[in-house]
Amino acid sequence: MIEAVGLTKRYGDKTAVYNLSFQVRPGAVTGFLGPNGSGKSTTMRMILGLDNPTAGQVTIGGYPYRKLPNAPRQVGALLDAKAVHGGRAARNHLLCLAQLSGIPARRVDEVLGVVGLQDVARQRSKGFSLGMGQRLGIAAALLGDPQVLLFDEPVNGLDPEGILWVRNLMKSLAAEGRTVFVSSHLMSEMALTADHLIVIGRGQLLADMSVKDFIAANSAGFARVRTPDTEPQLREKLAGALAEAGGHVLPEQDGALRVTGLPLPRISDIAHDTDVRLWELSPHQASLEEAYMRMTQGAVDYRSTIDQKAGLQQPLPPGAQPPMPVPGQGQPGWYAPPPPQPGGQPFAAPQGPYGAPGAPAAAPGADAPNPYAQQAPQAPQSPPPAAPPAPAQPPAAPAAPSAPASLTKPEDAR
Amino acid sequence: MSTPQPPMPQTAAPNWQAAPGSSYPTYNSPIPVVRTHLGHALASEWTKIRSVRSTVWTLGVFVLLVVGIGLAAAALIAANSSEGSMRNENPLSFGFFGLLLGSMCIITLGVLTTASEYGTGMIRTTMTACPSRGRVLTAKAIVFFSVAFVVTLASALVVALADVAFLDAREPSGQEWLKGTVGISLYLALLGLLSLVVGSIIRHSAGAITIMIGVLLAPLVIALFMFSQSLQDLQKALFEYSIPNQLSVFYEQSLSNSGPSGWDPLWIMLGVTAAAFAGAYVLLEKRDV
Repeated sequence: MIEAVGLTKRYGDKTAVYNLSFQVRPGAVTGFLGPNGSGKSTTMRMILGLDNPTAGQVTIGGYPYRKLPNAPRQVGALLDAKAVHGGRAARNHLLCLAQLSGIPARRVDEVLGVVGLQDVARQRSKGFSLGMGQRLGIAAALLGDPQVLLFDEPVNGLDPEGILWVRNLMKSLAAEGRTVFVSSHLMSEMALTADHLIVIGRGQLLADMSVKDFIAANSAGFARVRTPDTEPQLREKLAGALAEAGGHVLPEQDGALRVTGLPLPRISDIAHDTDVRLWELSPHQASLEEAYMRMTQGAVDYRSTIDQKAGLQQPLPPGAQPPMPVPGQGQPGWYAPPPPQPGGQPFAAPQGPYGAPGAPAAAPGADAPNPYAQQAPQAPQSPPPAAPPAPAQPPAAPAAPSAPASLTKPEDAR
Repeated sequence: MSTPQPPMPQTAAPNWQAAPGSSYPTYNSPIPVVRTHLGHALASEWTKIRSVRSTVWTLGVFVLLVVGIGLAAAALIAANSSEGSMRNENPLSFGFFGLLLGSMCIITLGVLTTASEYGTGMIRTTMTACPSRGRVLTAKAIVFFSVAFVVTLASALVVALADVAFLDAREPSGQEWLKGTVGISLYLALLGLLSLVVGSIIRHSAGAITIMIGVLLAPLVIALFMFSQSLQDLQKALFEYSIPNQLSVFYEQSLSNSGPSGWDPLWIMLGVTAAAFAGAYVLLEKRDV
């Protein structure tokens, strides 16, 4: 059981973590998500007593970490796989940690076997690959057979076998009744591993709910509808009819339609009534990744953009078509279908320094707009001036390259 | 949710049992939980110091410098001194040159013992495994001091025995033996300990080593160039209290007749190191790792 109350950390005038309160319960894998620089590692360091909080406190089993009797027997942590002296052999590294908390030396060989490093136990960890270093870090976390486990990016650099192993390890540790707190950027991995999610952005709590609720609250499933490619007019016809019936219709990259707000049988009925044949009608469950992207898009500090290579590209030969951009590149709103209820505010509005402009900083007003639930500012989304123009393709071609504008329309309406 | 309760002397583990009414599962390790103390940290630090190559290298070079230069000096003096010219000299004093150079190795090892953990990130692992930060620093200090003292004493003893055997000098008194071996070894080990503490404060190997080399050599070198009459008092003080001169005091030799004498250098170094240790201890407990 990890419990944070009003946890705040300032480095000079930069606030890394602000007023964070959450509980991590035993018997479940709790995922800890957030964009780069959102304060995940700082929070982990405060949990482990490495950094002192500026305000608030965090306890494990009721104690601040540094007051825990024989802390490594209660809490195991993988903070940073590189937090070892590279000149020391793997076994000696674990041995000195074991001795520090009175763990018998044979436990060292045991955990080396668990992570599969027994053959390189006497090699210096300097020569380890990223994955081997990660395994050594996991071994150190498991050394004390603790009740609470913290892992910061545990699958970084692991091979597929290792990823599967870590996934099952987390689950089995939680099944034994332990508290497992894992940070990761791999959404697909989190979706498979975590039962519960704590999401932070810019140092503040964005969500604290089960994975299922998180996906449902932030992203809706949609139906993919495809009409015959050979008859583009059918597509327009169906789109119009679906919109009339109250559905949201968005064009997809490959010419299909993304329909929300209408159940599948109803779409089929409308198609039948309007005499449009369907080549595809399939349900799509929103992924954790989409839900996460939608939730955090306003809280991302480091955003990638399209590589323009301005002035460096050769002029295209006459008649040649510029390459189509890869979907998602430089289009922050590309993921993230709208949430089920338009204008829905599933999360309490963050308060304090990162509150919406104009919002009273101290007022914990539930009515304050949630900056994270809204679309990111328009500026980064508008197509960059040098972006390749929409390819002049036959009329049947999708309007995908110009999709950002049309994709974001219903979101703007919210 | 666990109930916060004061730590009890016997049960080391906190109460993982959920509060009445809640249904959180708990896990209890089959490995017995022991109450940790300084002994555990000492064992751990001993493992650390013996399992890195930098220890072997710095101490190896140290022994080579102290014994090599000591024996070479003895041989040179034995070859060049005329019959009876050294009747009144303390033969142990020729161990000085090797020890002065060797002190650089002790300084380096002392700094590396603490600062290298910051350089590699190991400190986060260590401080997670032992949140009693002061205990870690104390254990490091004890282990390093013991290693440095034993190695210095052994090297100094070899050189002292060789000097007494080869040189046609007077027989050193018991007090001179004690100061020329145990005394100077304690002094050098303390100098290393001061470096360890500075390494813990500075948290950067190269920076801390530079500072300690400066402390070792700068006062003497600066004083050499103080030609002005008005700086004479300062020059004298710098000479007398420079570390090389303090080392020399252990052989009853000094650049001046005033200044530290007898066992004074040891007490000076002890005081400085204790003050620095206290500062490092407080900083370690207060700062973020």
